[in-house]
Parts: sequence; structure tokens; C-alpha cells
Amino acid sequence: MEPARSAVGLSIREAVHVLQSSEDGGRVLSALESLQRYLRGTAEPALPGEQEEFAAKHFAVVLRCLVGRLSPRWLQLSPGDRLEQLWDSFFLEGPADQAFLVLMEAIEGTAGPSFRLMKMAQLLARFLSEGRVAALMEEQCRPQMKPGFPLLQETLLSKVVSLPDHLGNHLQQDNLAQFFPQNYFPLLGEEAVQVLQSVVDSLRGGLHCSVSFVSRVLGKVCIQGRHKEILGRLVPQLTARTQGSCLWQRVCWRLVEQVPDRAMEAVLTGLVEATPGPEVLSRLLGNLVLKNKKAQFVMTRKLLFMQYRCTTPMLQSLLGYLAMDSQRRPFLIQALKELLETWGSSSAVRHTPLAQQRYVSMAVLICLAHLGEPELRDSREGEQVVRAHPRPRHVRTPQDACLVLPELLASMMAGVKCRLDSSLPAVRRLGMIVAEVISTRIHPEGPPLRFQYEDDELSREMLALATPRPVGDSPLEARSSSLDPVVAETPAETMEGSVPPAQLQGSDSELDSDDDFIPYDMSGDKELKSSKAPQYVRDCMEALTTFEDKDMERWEAALKALEGLVRRNPEATREVSVELARVLLHLEERTCVAGFEELRQRALVAVTVTDPAQVAEHLTSQFYALNYSLRQRMDILDVLTLAAQELSRPGRLGRSPQHSSVGPSTQCSPTLTASQSGSVMVPDWRVVVENRIRSKTRHFSKGSPWQEPAGGPNEFASVAGCFFFPLIHHFDRPLVTFDLLGDDQLVLGRLTHTLGALMYLAVNTTVAVRMGKALLEFVWALRFHVDTYVRRGLLSAVSSVLLSVPAERLLEDLPDELLETRSWLADVAEKDVDENCRELAVRALLLLERLRDRLLSLPS
Amino acid sequence: MAAPLAPQPPDPQFVLRGTQSAVNAVHFFGGTQAQGCPLLFSGSQSGLVHIWSLQTRRTVATLDGHGGQSVNWLQTLPQGPQLLSQGRDLQLCLWDLAEGRNTIMDSVHLESVGFCRSSILAEGQLHWMLAVPGKDSDEVQILEMPSKTSVCTLKPEADAKPGMPMCLRLWQANPGPRPLLLVGYEDGSVALWDISERKVCSRIACHGEPVMGFDFDSQKTRGISGSAGKALAVWSLDGQQALQVCHTHELTNPGIADVMIRPDRKILATAGWDHRIRIFHWRTMKPLAVLAFHSASVHCVAFAADGLLAAGSKDQRISIWSLYQRT
Repeated sequence: MEPARSAVGLSIREAVHVLQSSEDGGRVLSALESLQRYLRGTAEPALPGEQEEFAAKHFAVVLRCLVGRLSPRWLQLSPGDRLEQLWDSFFLEGPADQAFLVLMEAIEGTAGPSFRLMKMAQLLARFLSEGRVAALMEEQCRPQMKPGFPLLQETLLSKVVSLPDHLGNHLQQDNLAQFFPQNYFPLLGEEAVQVLQSVVDSLRGGLHCSVSFVSRVLGKVCIQGRHKEILGRLVPQLTARTQGSCLWQRVCWRLVEQVPDRAMEAVLTGLVEATPGPEVLSRLLGNLVLKNKKAQFVMTRKLLFMQYRCTTPMLQSLLGYLAMDSQRRPFLIQALKELLETWGSSSAVRHTPLAQQRYVSMAVLICLAHLGEPELRDSREGEQVVRAHPRPRHVRTPQDACLVLPELLASMMAGVKCRLDSSLPAVRRLGMIVAEVISTRIHPEGPPLRFQYEDDELSREMLALATPRPVGDSPLEARSSSLDPVVAETPAETMEGSVPPAQLQGSDSELDSDDDFIPYDMSGDKELKSSKAPQYVRDCMEALTTFEDKDMERWEAALKALEGLVRRNPEATREVSVELARVLLHLEERTCVAGFEELRQRALVAVTVTDPAQVAEHLTSQFYALNYSLRQRMDILDVLTLAAQELSRPGRLGRSPQHSSVGPSTQCSPTLTASQSGSVMVPDWRVVVENRIRSKTRHFSKGSPWQEPAGGPNEFASVAGCFFFPLIHHFDRPLVTFDLLGDDQLVLGRLTHTLGALMYLAVNTTVAVRMGKALLEFVWALRFHVDTYVRRGLLSAVSSVLLSVPAERLLEDLPDELLETRSWLADVAEKDVDENCRELAVRALLLLERLRDRLLSLPS
Repeated sequence: MAAPLAPQPPDPQFVLRGTQSAVNAVHFFGGTQAQGCPLLFSGSQSGLVHIWSLQTRRTVATLDGHGGQSVNWLQTLPQGPQLLSQGRDLQLCLWDLAEGRNTIMDSVHLESVGFCRSSILAEGQLHWMLAVPGKDSDEVQILEMPSKTSVCTLKPEADAKPGMPMCLRLWQANPGPRPLLLVGYEDGSVALWDISERKVCSRIACHGEPVMGFDFDSQKTRGISGSAGKALAVWSLDGQQALQVCHTHELTNPGIADVMIRPDRKILATAGWDHRIRIFHWRTMKPLAVLAFHSASVHCVAFAADGLLAAGSKDQRISIWSLYQRT
């Protein structure tokens, strides 16, 4: 072999010399043709040994030489494009890895837009389009013996993956479309499928192969964040090919296993996202979670607990994957246990964002849906669930993966308790939905737990998640049994023909094609109340305080008539105002009057507006009195807010005394346990919205499109203090039954919102400065409160202060408070877990900013 | 929940105001080419009969013939513009309205001061039969008109004790020559009298409370009655002249003052003491609408030949409705 090798080397060296120096077209051509013999697949090939030597030792030299000679003049040395074809063929037919590296190197080494650069770029584009990248990767999948191979592979890897970046940098404006990442990575995905195909083929042929290079390419691409592009092509192909082929499946499992640890997360996330369902995911991954620690961590912990960006279908894929195999099932149970732990932790409820809580809740529901009846029954009996599924002993699984009823129940109860305690309706609702689902799973036979919450999209979605995949027989049966009577009814009806029409109203009207009258809405058809409504305020009061059951109708009529009476007879009302307020505050719903809460509230507001000083004094004193329920205390706050709002409305006296503009739906009459979505904070929303409108609206002095309402004294100005100060003074003195700073944080939240609203309504009053000072101190004392709702209230209160207190007074009288508040706001805007809080803080900061701008513009 | 939301009940087509007292009776007249522009008669508590033009929606004339006593029944005769009005002054007046006249042609002295509405049966152009409450409290008197000769007095058997007649309806089965009379009694029963034989053919107890109004569909030989109680009763008459109750329909509020089936026999309307007019499908008794417009008891309902519905109420208004009309 020695002489032959030297002979090869000699002839090559000669040809290279000719190439380097000669300007004669004929000689160059013949030299190239002599070299071409060493490439594979030519007409008269050289000996295989010679080819190998050429490829290993001389090919790179020849290529570099060719690149070095490239110029328009050189290509035209011989007539026609024979020279150019030959030139191209070396790159496209020779060993792909070297050709690729030389091309990349040459492109990087060539400066600026030039003929050479463009020629090379086009060649590279051809290289890509002719599937040479697949050849390149295929080459790397063969077993390799050469020294320095890992280094070469590393270089290749980085060049292959970063090709779009390199070319983008070099070609700048002239970049070709093939090199754009959105085109290149899908191509790479397809090439990878080709490689895997050839790997599968050669495995079938009994050859040893490794897919690690492809895995590394995949990993690196995914780390770069291009998983959508590459997996978008790869996954559908793999899905199709792994169906029914064990070899393909094993290649695929191997592919994912071989992904380097640091890329594992990116690849798995991408896969979970790209696969259409758990079945496919299970086919592509196999028992990866059992074999790879990193993968196990990503799948069972990271995606579930450390982030919350997966969409619901992704979650379903992920958990479905864990549930599909008996060996992986313990992980599902383990995950459920940990999810429930997180779900039930009160600190998590307080300190994690709502979106994450929703995410965890959904994961819990999906897990529950996957747990089969036997597992649940086992857990009900306190046995280990894993025993239901026999599995090989050597498999690593969480040994304590059993789910026992008390555990499930305990974490459910803990979670539900701290969620129902929350003052945010959305959190409460999450607790209710999950609790309902868990309890039906624990006690399928028992009476179902039902909370009162309004269905919305989220709740429907979550309940849909909770229904187990294999359709349970109980709902199906229920449906069929409910269908049965209908089926049985129809023939009976048709047989009987002309029986009295009442029994066959339904079918008869359907047969009735010629006079098919559509009924109108008859919901208004209520029973008529016969008793007369009282005509005087005192009569109303008397009727409301009677306790005889006979007089219920009179009681209802009195309640309904009261607001109108109060507004029509202010003098008569003032005589009994405090007493009337007391009666109304203690009024309990004794019959099912529609809109009881609202009627009572409107009556109370009417009384308060009629005699603000007296009634406000009474109400505020009762707010901190013993023996009131939280509901009543919150009613007091609502009434004060609404009354203040009405009093401060300009031109109130001129208009007819009506209250209808504060519509029933916008009033706040929630009950403590039920979960109306956000109605708890309605009056405060109004403030926020008004804040927003105020801050975004510019009023020009002239040409305002709306008529200025007739001016009049602000009635709230004289009584604002009576509303405000008694409320703010005693918040830190706990009573036996009422501890604002302790358990009753819901009321504290309402109190902060109310104070903010009162502050806002006291705009342009003289007492506003004192109120602002007191309120800022109040805010300062509570600024680190753990409850989100309280913090929201505080932030909106700050905004109200900034809006209501005149700027110059604010700067003169409260500079220290302002500075402190400012730093707090900045802190909240950056760090608070609640999105709404951050937003409110930013808004308050903007108001402060505006204040400063005004101050700066004053001297000029 | 899956069914589409039912539409809101319609508003009245228009409202006639100006009777200045409760409206106790309404009656449509005309509407065909021969009879000129359609009119509506209304009888009020104050004893006046108002004639409304449905085109201009104004009163055309006011008839004052009952001395301030309430008018509780109005009926036109088939042979032309002649109106019968029954008042609580114990007079039943026959008005001549032809060519703009409004004079009392004739009057019948009644002997009962109750609220029972009379009934007529027109046999030919000139002769007609009139049923009025009789002298004794449980009697019905049949008169031959216009001669005002008493045909007979229908007095229930001594042990029946049905109480006062509350509403009357004379009719004649199509093939049969014998006139029949349906009477709703105070004890809640409905009785069918054969006038020529002067005996009760059949009597059924439909209600626990006095029958306040009924209407009878002579083609289907089915009738419907409303009472002071909480239910409507549908009853039918079989070939053997026997009445039987088909079924009852429970109402939300008690008290039906009047029941009327539309001339095309598709729907029926009831006048409720609960201020509401209720519309039902006549054949199926499916509730179709609850019209809550009036602010006091509705006293009477009437249908025009073209399907228009009028309702008179204690709130002194007459509402005109157009419901389920073929267009």
C-alpha cells in the first residue's frame, strides 16, 4: 500500500500544483478530471483504497485550493461551463462533512459582497437542497475510529446548527431565503428524518449505528429556541413512522435519550408541545422518565411545579403520558400527591400568581381524571396503588407512591379552606371547582358537593377536564334512562289520537304545523300581591319590625315601598333616620323576596343620603361595634360608599330624586360564601375606571362637547369627615368578634377600598387634605399586608389621595409621606405577585409623575 | 336551556282612553265592507256606552241610556246596526245606530239585579231569542224578540240549589232544531238546558267558585269556563247531550272575569283579576302569552272578526292587541 499511497499523493500534489498556478484552461480541466476520479460515483473511479486516502488526506487541500482560485476570470478559462460543473461537483459529491466545513470556512473568510461570496452561498444552498446535510449527519452516525473525531463532530455540530446565524451575519442584505431560520430548521428536521430512515435501514441490515449526532443537533437547535420549526417537521414524520414499527420506536426513544442533559428540557418541552396527544408522546418517548434522571425531573417536576406556561392540551399530553404505562403510573400518583400538596398549601395560595394556581388546579384535575376506579378504590381502602399494576422489580419508581384517602381528603380540605378564605373571587372559585371534583371522585355514591358559583368558560373547561377519558358508565346510563320514557311515550301518544289535549301538549303542538304559535316569554307571570304597601315611613318601619308570619306580604310590600317613601318624604325620614337605619341594618331575609339585598341596600342608601350626618355617625360607630356579622359590616361599607357617591354627584338636588342610575347590577350585594365574579369590588372598580378616565382624558377649557351641568354645592363636602374619620380610627383595635388585622382580612380589604372611594369622592373639599394625610398613614401601616385584595385596596386608595388632594397641598403638607409612598409603589410595581397590584402601582406612580411634572412646569 | 329564548310579549297595538270609569264590556262591530268602518263598543261603570272608531281611534258617539248604572253586556244584532246594552238599572236597551242615529228603539225590563250577562240567539232576520236572568235568583227567562213575549222560565229543580246564574249562552246544534242554553252557576257548575223541554240535560261541577265567564265552541262542542278560583276548565258535550270535564288548567292567580275564543277558533283570551290577559292555544290549551299591560283587573275581552283583541279594564283603559294573526 505504501507505494500506491505515495503515488496517489504524488499525482494529487501535481494536479493541485497545476490548479494553483496554471492559467491554461485545458490543463486545469485535465487536472480536475484526474482528481475527480477519486470521488465516489464517477464514470471511471479509482481504486477504493485510493479513494479513501484521497478523502481522508487530500480532499480538504483540494477544496481549499479550488476555493482559492475561484474568480469569474478563472471559471472562463475553458469555454462552456464545464469548469464550473467540475468545480461544483467536488463540493457536492465529495465527503459531505469536509465539503461543508470548507464551504463554511470559506464563506466566513470572504469579506464583503463579492462574486466569490455569492457563488459560495449559492453552492451552499445547492448543498442543502440536494440533501447533503442528511449525508453529512448520516456519516456521523456510523461508528468512527478516527482520532480527533470528537473535535470534528463538535465543530460540525456547531456549524450545522448555527448556519443561519453565520450566513445572516456574512451576507447581510444578500442573504438567501434558504438560510433563514424559518426555512432552514424545517429542512434540517426533514433531513433528520432521512438520516433516521437510513439508520433504521442499516440496523435492519445488521449494522451498528448511533443516533447521538442527530440527538445533539436536535438538542442544540431546541436550546436555541427553534424547537417549533424543527419539531414541526420531525414529529409528524416520527408519529407516522413509529406507528406499527418497533424498530422505529426504539430509534426514536434512543434519539431522545441521547439528547445531552442540558438540552433535555428544551427538547422535551418542544416535544410535549408538538405532539398531538399522550398516545403519540408515549410512542415517541417510551419509558424515558425511568431511564433518564434529567428527563424525569423535567417531566415530573419542572413542567408541573416550576413553571406554568404549558397550555391545557400540553398538560393533558404530559400527564396522559405518565398515566399510559403501568411503569410510569407511580410517577403520576407521585405527581398528584405533590400537586395536591402545593394546592393545599396556604402559603402557595397567598404568594403565587393566579395563573399558576389555575395551572396547578388544572393539573390536579387532569391527574384525577387519569386515575382509574381501581386505583381510587385501592386508595380508598388505604392500599398501595402500585400493587394494582405488577411491574418488574428493578424499575426505579417512587416507592411511596400510594395515594390514600385521608391524604387526598386532607390536602383537599386544606386547599379548599385557604382558598375559600381568600378575598379574590377567582381564587375562591378555583377552590370550589377542584373541591367538587375531588369529592365526587372520593365519594361517587354520596350526595355531590355543590358550591354556588356561576358557570363561566373557565369553570366549564375545568369540569370538562375532570371527566375521565374512558367514558364512565354512570353518566351514560343516566342519559339513556332519561331517554327511555320519551321513547316510551311517543307510541302511546300516536295510538291514542284524540285524547284530551293536556297530556300530549308536547307532541300535539309539534304535529300542529298549520298553527304553530310560538309562546311568548311568560317569566313575568308572578303571583299578584294583594296587600297594600304602607304609605308612610313610620308604617314601613312598623311593618318591617313585626314578627308575625301572617304579615309577610305586608313586610315585603313595605320593603319594596321604603326607598320611594324615604326619598319622597325627607322630613319624615329625618325624624326617624337613625332608628330606620338600625332596623334596616338588622333586617334579615325572611321570605324569598327577589332582590332582597338590593332593596335593603337601596333603602339604606336613601336613608343615609337623606340624613347624612346622623346616619353616617350611627353606621360608622356600628362598624366597629360588637355583635355584627361580617356581612353587616360590609353592608355598612357599601352603603357609605354609595351614599357618598350620591351626595357628591353634582346637581343632585335639581334632578328628581331617583336612584336608578346606580343600577342594581352595579351595586355590591354579594354574599360571603357565594362566588360572584368580582362583584365584591364593584364600587372600587368604578373608582378605578374613573381614575383611568380622569388620567387619560384631557379637558380643554373651550369647546368641550358636553354641556356643563348646573353647578351646586357638593353636599358631601360638609359630611365627608363624618363618613371617613370614624372608619379609619379604630381599625387596629381588635374586638372579640371582629379582628380586622387578623382573620377578617376580607372586611379589611373592603374597608381599604371604601376609604379610597370616600377619599376620591371628597375631591375639592376642604377636609380632603386631612383625609389624605390620615389615609396615607393608614396605607403606610398596612403596606406589607399579605392579602392581595387588601393591597389592591391600598393602592387604589393611594391613587385617590393623589387625585383628590390638591397638588400644592400634597407637596407642602405631606412630602415625607409622599416619598415613602413612592418608594413603596416602585417596590410593588416591580415585585408584587399579583398582576392587578402591579398595574395599580404603576398607575399610581404615573399620577405621582404627573404631579411632579406640574410642579416643574409651575415656575416657567 | 337549549331552547331559544322566548320572545318578549308584545305591547298593545293601541290603547283607547277616555271612558273615565271602569270598562265592563267591550264588543266589536263591523269591519266588513258592507258595514263600513270597524267600530268598538264599550260599556262603562258610569252607565255610558262609548262607540269608538278603530280607524281614528276616537269616540264617535256616547250613548247614555242607563241612568248612571253600570253597563255590563253589549251585543249587536245580526240584522244591522242595532245594539243591545244591558245595564244594572234593570233595563236592556235596543239602540238604533243606523245612519248616525243613536236612539233607544226598545227596552226590556229585567227583574234581576245581578251581574249575569244575557245572551241572544238569532233565528232569522226578524225573530230572535233572548235569555236573561229571571225574577227569582236562580231563574233564567227566555224571551221571544222583538215581541218580548216570554217563552219560558227555566228554574232548576228544588234540590239542586245551583245558586244564581252567572253567565248564559244560547245556541243551537247545527242539525238539531231545538235551541239549547248553557248556564254557568254560582256554585261553579255549568248546566245545559233544553229550552223546549225546560229541563236540564246535563250539569257538571267545573269549579269550586262561581263561574264568571265561559265561551263555547259550537263546532267542536267544547267550551271553556273561568271562575273566581284559580283554574280554567275545559269541558265538552258529547252526542247524548252530556257534559263532561276534559281537564282543568291551573293559573298563577285566581279570578277570571271573562273568556273568549277567537272566531277562527285558534286561540282564546281570558280577562284576569290579576290585571293580566292570558292567551292560550284553544286546541291544546298551551299557554301562549301573558299580557301584563293593565294596572287593574281586566273585566272583559272580545275578539273582532278579523282577529283583533280588545280588553277593557278597571283602570279605565281599553287595550287593543294583534296577536298570532295570519298576515
